[in-house]
Amino acid sequence: MNALKTLSTRQVLHLRNVLFVLALLPLARLVLFVFLDKLGANPIEFITRNTGDWALYFLTITLAVTPLRRLTGWNWLVRLRRMLGLYAFFYVFLHFTIFFWLDHFFDFQEMWKDIVKRPFITVGVLAFALLIPLAITSTNAMVRRLGGKRWQWLHRLTYVIVPLGVLHFWWVKAGKNVLAQPILFATIVAALLLMRILSHKNRQQLAQLFFRRDAGAGLVEESK
Amino acid sequence: MLIKIRPDQIDIPLASEITPQEVFASRRAFIAKMAIGAIAGSGLGLAGAGSAFAQSATARKLAAKLNSSYAVMDKPTAYQDATTYNNYYEFGTDKADPAKTAGTLKTNPWTVSIEGEVKKPFTLDLDALTKLAPLEERIYRLRCVEGWSMVIPWIGYSLSALIKKADPTGNAKYIEFVTLADKKQMPGLSDPILQWPYTEGLRMDEANHPLTLLTLGMYGEVLPNQNGAPVRVVVPWKYGFKSAKSIVKIRFLKEQPKTAWNMYAAQEYGFYSNVNPNVDHPRWSQATERRIGEDGFFARKRKTLMFNGYNDVAGLYTGMDLKKYF
Repeated sequence: MNALKTLSTRQVLHLRNVLFVLALLPLARLVLFVFLDKLGANPIEFITRNTGDWALYFLTITLAVTPLRRLTGWNWLVRLRRMLGLYAFFYVFLHFTIFFWLDHFFDFQEMWKDIVKRPFITVGVLAFALLIPLAITSTNAMVRRLGGKRWQWLHRLTYVIVPLGVLHFWWVKAGKNVLAQPILFATIVAALLLMRILSHKNRQQLAQLFFRRDAGAGLVEESK
Repeated sequence: MLIKIRPDQIDIPLASEITPQEVFASRRAFIAKMAIGAIAGSGLGLAGAGSAFAQSATARKLAAKLNSSYAVMDKPTAYQDATTYNNYYEFGTDKADPAKTAGTLKTNPWTVSIEGEVKKPFTLDLDALTKLAPLEERIYRLRCVEGWSMVIPWIGYSLSALIKKADPTGNAKYIEFVTLADKKQMPGLSDPILQWPYTEGLRMDEANHPLTLLTLGMYGEVLPNQNGAPVRVVVPWKYGFKSAKSIVKIRFLKEQPKTAWNMYAAQEYGFYSNVNPNVDHPRWSQATERRIGEDGFFARKRKTLMFNGYNDVAGLYTGMDLKKYF
């Protein structure tokens, strides 16, 4: 495991290239399935759900980078984060495009009515809208223009966006009472956010606040 | 031989004229090609006259005569789609699940018990049910509450024939259908998603309407397990979930029965649940629908018809506010 602590720039770049290709596979699979006629009885439903699933996977993976880096000491992980985040945006964008195109045929008024009327769409579209400034400011030039501090503050929107994505998924599934997956995502995302709270500067104070009375003290020890 | 015809040139599909496997396979390949903007090659088209139903190789045939006064003009859904895209939570929550897991359902022997407000309760076995009235083939539209639709050639007879035999008392105002709930046969029952057993119900006049079909088969065969074997009801002017599957009990009641989806979310799934483009489901619009296997990738969704196009039933609801009694 120690060998993974320090990777050369070259190694990180290789890894990033490999990940770049891997992250395209879900899309490649969908395109292949269109050709092979393997999308099932309701192809548009399949594509909508599949791009939504992958959007949520990438959002969660992106959110996991920093906690994972802290846990493992693999600091190079942070150099993969931008690409993972952009892939999250990419799959959210595909998911939204299918909604705007194949559900509403680019009829903006109809889509707007849908967005306002249905809470699960409201939060989904809100999450997408909030992702746009993050995607735009993802370049090195934009980081410099904004300045590190301001850029970081802006990108903390992620902590709102990912829970909105989970809520969107939850509300979709609640209609037919199929909540196992939403519960799983909510748990993972909650844990990832909690890890951030616990490792925050004044983590000890916060941890004491949360775990003062019970055996949770052990948890505080571990997070140090 | 395959003949290219435009969809609007297709007339009433008879039992013997519905898309065979290889043709709908090529039609779907056609849709796939459309999706990438390619031009369809020759030989891709719709079924011509004289082709047979697409059926499974093993299922038992069920002879029935087409009742053309209960056959819609729409092109029937491919057998493959109708048997692999099913909402049947007792066999899993994914619509692909039931086709994979419903093999464990034992449909023979099978009895249906008739209970409640009847002169004398009794049970019927499958044989007695099949012989109770002449079997008819009827081609109905099926509109799912989720916003998609199919066209299915069912086999059965009007439920009214069974009701007549049951001889309900004057107190019977409603009818309740109870689906089998056996953990050994139905893996989905381990999830408390709905209150098992699945129950559904109708008002007596709805149940007695000639469109309400006691159903034993589809596509010229006995019902596949994933479609509600061996006996179900089909109420074509209501959302699909009203049409209870794999029925083991039919009860006649004084009061409106509690129904499965209504118990889960009364605001989303009303007791009546008539197909109604003017009353949206809280989570999605019901104004349009996607016809499975029929509407191309980039086709606009089609408009949903009031009562799913079965305007004959409008008289059942005279004076009722259908926005309130959705």
